[in-house]
Formats: sequence, structure tokens, C-alpha cells
Amino acid sequence: MESLLKTEVAADKPEGPPRSLGIVETKEYSFVGPLTLESGETLGPVTLAYETYGTLNGEKSNAILVLHALSGDAHAAGFHKGEKDPGWWDAMIGPGKPFDTDRYFVICSNVIGGCKGSTGPSSVNPKTGKPYGTDFPFVTIGDMVQAQRHLIDHLGIDRLLCVAGGSMGGMQALQWVASYPERVRSAIPIATALKHSPQQIAFNEVIRQAIMADPAWRGGDYYATGQPEKGLSVARMIGHITFMSEKSMEQKFSRRLKDGELGFAFGADFEVEGYLRYRGEQFVKRFDANSYLYITKAMDYLDLSGGRLIAGKGVDTRFLVLSFLSDWLYPSHQSQGIVRQLKRKRVDVTYCELQSTWGHDAFLVELEGQTTLIRHFLERTYLGRENGNGNR
Amino acid sequence: MGIAEDVRPDHRVISEWIEPGARVLDLGCGDGELMELLSQRKETRVQGIELDEKAIWECVRKGLSVCQGDIETGLAEYPDRCFDYVILNQSLQEVRKASFLLREALRVGERAIVGFPNFAHIGARVSLFFGGRAPMTPSLPYRWYDTPNVRFLSIGDFRVFCAEMGFAVEKAAFLSGREAITFWPNLRALSAIFLLAGTEKIV
Repeated sequence: MESLLKTEVAADKPEGPPRSLGIVETKEYSFVGPLTLESGETLGPVTLAYETYGTLNGEKSNAILVLHALSGDAHAAGFHKGEKDPGWWDAMIGPGKPFDTDRYFVICSNVIGGCKGSTGPSSVNPKTGKPYGTDFPFVTIGDMVQAQRHLIDHLGIDRLLCVAGGSMGGMQALQWVASYPERVRSAIPIATALKHSPQQIAFNEVIRQAIMADPAWRGGDYYATGQPEKGLSVARMIGHITFMSEKSMEQKFSRRLKDGELGFAFGADFEVEGYLRYRGEQFVKRFDANSYLYITKAMDYLDLSGGRLIAGKGVDTRFLVLSFLSDWLYPSHQSQGIVRQLKRKRVDVTYCELQSTWGHDAFLVELEGQTTLIRHFLERTYLGRENGNGNR
Repeated sequence: MGIAEDVRPDHRVISEWIEPGARVLDLGCGDGELMELLSQRKETRVQGIELDEKAIWECVRKGLSVCQGDIETGLAEYPDRCFDYVILNQSLQEVRKASFLLREALRVGERAIVGFPNFAHIGARVSLFFGGRAPMTPSLPYRWYDTPNVRFLSIGDFRVFCAEMGFAVEKAAFLSGREAITFWPNLRALSAIFLLAGTEKIV
């Protein structure tokens, strides 16, 4: 009772200033499985990398699952020991931040198929004792969520207060509702879609072809010889073009020259070229080429349109759907497609298109609107004050 | 529970018409003032549609659910009769497809509540007739070049419109500031609020 009272008092008071979580660690959860995948194949044993922030309350009613985008990882917030840069959504997660770890227990789970501590193509295949490579079974967003469900079971959480994420993280959030509606009280899909359009599939296909065209890819069997660095780097450069808007590129680079004059050679004359090359080169140090192939395929395979998001009768999951005006990779009409399906099923939904010039990157950097909307949406969901559609 | 003195008079009327627990959709809900009143006083299940981003932030701050969108197209996905009331308060005059929107409102809602400024108020008549100027009144405070209004209607016009469309007027209230007008409303009321029900099977 006392803790309940504290919560209510806290709700009416502005939280303290946002603070950092400080040092955090990635944990691992392994289970034998095997998972039966959508393809019909099986995968096991399975390891998932995850991080947690804050404390699970006695009723286990304050757990939020945060899900990352294509190249993200379980390190969403705080600092790893000895590192300068915080996790990828540090501005949003921590004490006094929208995902307020003074109040909520926040979990960030990595995905299967990835290369950031979870089972993926670079993991050792127990049958051969060597990395899976392309022997790794195809995984879908549904399979990723199924694996995460094992983690949530392991943590003893019956019903998540919220599932939230941007881009592919948003796809996972949607899939959580589609797969386990009774286990999700609310969902925040950001800058995402029920399914990839031909344009999005096309970009992913060019990305995959760039990797596979590199002779160093060797049909996926490169773990002894080294990554297809050229191919993966080009793949990531393509990705970065799609994450920005024309306007944000103009603001960031314009036609500025790297060295003040044209080189009359095929070097990087313009700052934008230097930027893309740098991003590509950095990426090959931290990401596995086969994982990029598998995960982009998983994104292309997702299709929750045509009533597949909310099967059968409506659910009592509340939704906050967000998109960004300048995001042409996941344009607002795709978010509106989510909203339309929810309206048809009479599901409680709030939708807002946020002004931003940052393109698809906005979900990581455009903070003001996300901060206020997510903070209050979560608060209302958590306190469950009876406000009609507000809860239950 | 009584309604506080400082509540906007039109909100007071609407709030009195809606029974507790009703499902309500507020079209052009602004910052959610009316929705908040309805959800607190009447425990209604309210949902809004609003175009302005900052107004949506304000609604969410109040704990309300609202979808960003155009009220002229935002109703299409709702199943028939999924609300008890659809509210169009002070937004009908800004809508181009007024008859389409009202038909839609009475498809997704059992009833519609429509509030609008009265263009035939005596102040407007005087200013047009004697002053020869486009009318400006407390409920029509804009100049011809900055008004968001695209429809200019009187209480009389709206009654004729309802008859033509086959909408049954179940209740009507007329206001001049905080004062309720019962006598000669088309001349004396600055604004009107109607409670409508569809009389025909609407497809």
C-alpha cells in the first residue's frame, strides 16, 4: 500500500532532472529450446543478450521491453565500463527520463540472427563446432519475438507494461502484440510499418547484393578468412543515405569539400562522401555481414497488414504510434496504416506525426516530442487511472 | 457531480447531454479540454481527432487518447455505430464536405453533437446591413482574410439542412456568452449546439 501511495504522489510531481544510469552490463540468457521457427526449421540452444535498468516491483507490473533497430544491440542506456559513448537510446532511458528507471523496470533485448551476443550466423553451430554462416536458419521478426518471450518468462514477468521501439524495434513491438496480445498492456511503435513496401525491400536487396558481391563473402563462410569488408561497408553506406532526409543532408554537408578543393581523382571530395565512407568503415568493425543479410530478410518478410496485427476481436493493449514528417524510409502513411487497423478493431490508439528534419534518424535524435508523449502515455498506462479507453 | 462554474458554457451543455459511461469521439478536439471534462465528470470513454501536433501533446499530457488527422477523412476506418456520440464542436464551419462529414458522424456514432457560430446573430446582421461590412461577432471574431471558416451558416440554415438530410434534432441549445437563449435564437444566439440522430438507415 505504501509503495502504491508513493507512486501516486510521484506521478503528480515532476521527476528530478534526468540523470545517467551510470555503468551497466550486458547479460546473457541461454535456453536449450529448440525454437520452432516460422520456416519450419529449429534453432537451439539459444542465447539472448539483454540489459536491464531499474527494479522490478513486487507485482511485476512495471516492466517495459525496449527493442532495437537493425544494427542495434542490447546496450540501450548507461555506459559500459571504460566506454565514452552511452547506449543507443540513453536520452530516453534512465532516472527522470521518459522511460523512467526510478519507476519502471526497463529491459532491452537483442535479437536472434544478430551478432551482439545473441545466437546468430556468427555463433558456433553445435552440430559442426564451427560458425553457422549460411547454415543458420532463416529467422523472422516473429521468431525474434518468440525468443524474447522465453527471456520475459525467465524474468518471471507475466504482462509487460509496454513494448517500445523504433524502426525494426517498432516491428518487434507490433509483433509482440500480434503474437502475445494478452502479455502486453501497451505498445509504442515508432517510425515503423506493418510491412515493407517494394521500395524498402528494394533498398534491402541492394544492401544484400553489395555484401554478397564481395568475393570475401565466400558464400557466408568467411569467419576464418575475414569479413567482406568492402561489401558490408557499401551496404551500410546505402543504409545511411536512407536514414537521412534531403534537408538534413543539406544541413549537415551541403556541398562542402573535405580538403577545400576538388581532387580530380576518385577520392572523397565532398564531406558527404567522407561521412559515408567513415560510417561504412566503422560499421565493419562492429557488425557481422551475415547478420546484416539475415536481419534485413527478416524485416522484408514481416507482414502484419490485413488484420494480422490484431487477430480476431480487439485487444485491450493501448497504442502510441509515432512517425516523423521527414522520414521517407518509413513514411507517415505506413504508421497511419497501423492506426487504421487499430481503429477498425476499436483498439485505443494515440497517433502523432512529429515535426522533424532528421529523416528516419529522428527516432534516435528528435527528442522533445517523443519525450513528452512517451512520458505521459506510460504514466497513464502505469497508473491505470480510469479514463474510459485509457485502461482495460 | 456538479460542473464547476468556470466551465465553458458550450462544454457544460454538451457534458449535460452525455450520459455517464458513454463512448465519445471528439472531432477537432483541440487540447482536450472538453474530453478531459467528459472523462473526469462522466467517466466517458473519449477519443479525439486533431490536426495540430502541439494540441496532441497537450491531450496526451492530460492522459487522453487522440489521433492526429483530418476530421474530414479520419472517420473512414471506424466501424458503424462504434461510438455513442460524435462531437463536432466549433469545427463544422471549418469543414468543406460538411454534409459528408455529418453523415459519417452519424454512421460511426449513434448520435452527433454539433456546435457552431450563428451567422444570423443580430450583431452580424447589423454590421452587414448598416455597416456594409462582413460580419464580426464574439463567435465570429475573424476578418474576411484571416478566417479559418469556410461555411457560414445560421441556426435557421442548420434546421433546414437537418430536415433535408433526414437528421432528427433531439435537442438544441442556444447561447450568448454564458446566457442561454430560448426566445428568437436565430436572431439573439451567438452560437448553437444540436443533438442529432440519424432517422434513416445510413449506408
